[in-house]
Amino acid sequence: MLSRWLNDTTIQLAKGMDDWQQALAYCARPLLETGVITPDYLEAIQEQHRQLGPYFVLAPGLAMPHARPEEGALATGLALLKLEHGVVFGSAEHDPVDLIILLAAADNHSHIDALAALAELFSNAADLARLHSASSREEIKAIIAGY
Amino acid sequence: MMKIMAVCGSGLGSSFMVEMNIKKILKKMAIEAEVEHADLASATADAADLFVMAKDIAASASVPEDKLVIIDNIIDINELEARLRAYFS
Repeated sequence: MLSRWLNDTTIQLAKGMDDWQQALAYCARPLLETGVITPDYLEAIQEQHRQLGPYFVLAPGLAMPHARPEEGALATGLALLKLEHGVVFGSAEHDPVDLIILLAAADNHSHIDALAALAELFSNAADLARLHSASSREEIKAIIAGY
Repeated sequence: MMKIMAVCGSGLGSSFMVEMNIKKILKKMAIEAEVEHADLASATADAADLFVMAKDIAASASVPEDKLVIIDNIIDINELEARLRAYFS
């Protein structure tokens, strides 16, 4: 299921980033290039972060940035960025973040399958730990193939 | 029936994950409730009997404290279960 959205194009790895905004932009590039989201979507995420703080940092080292469908999501999609050195999102308890999964939802329903699969993955502590220590796209693909 | 609302900033990502976990836990605890997810703006005091949200947005919420369960880690189902059990006990 997850491999429908997370593939050779949308899974990226990098050493480090200057800040979380740069990491977000890097992570989002495949979705921007394929027209899944518009630049507005990233702006909306940053605005939400300014207003509410890093609510999309879910757990230690893990962020799932997302905004609302009408804020620039044209289709449902996911993009994953694995950093060797995590970045700070301003989350006192969960920084630094080395695993970023950008979620785009075109409406309130179509992303449910993607989220359900992600929730299953996140609740498997062993596989989540493997993701955090992954150092290649192949490794990441092998882990998510089970979801 | 009791209504539980999982809340996050946008009302479609993290809150949906929390909703799924709440449903799993309630089933285990044999408690029947209506569970839904919403954004922070929709989480007004009368919208539900119980609200579940992460610490970072709880400060901005307009929900009475006795109707609020705050979690540190959104994907940690064990923490959520402990907090729900504490609420229901």
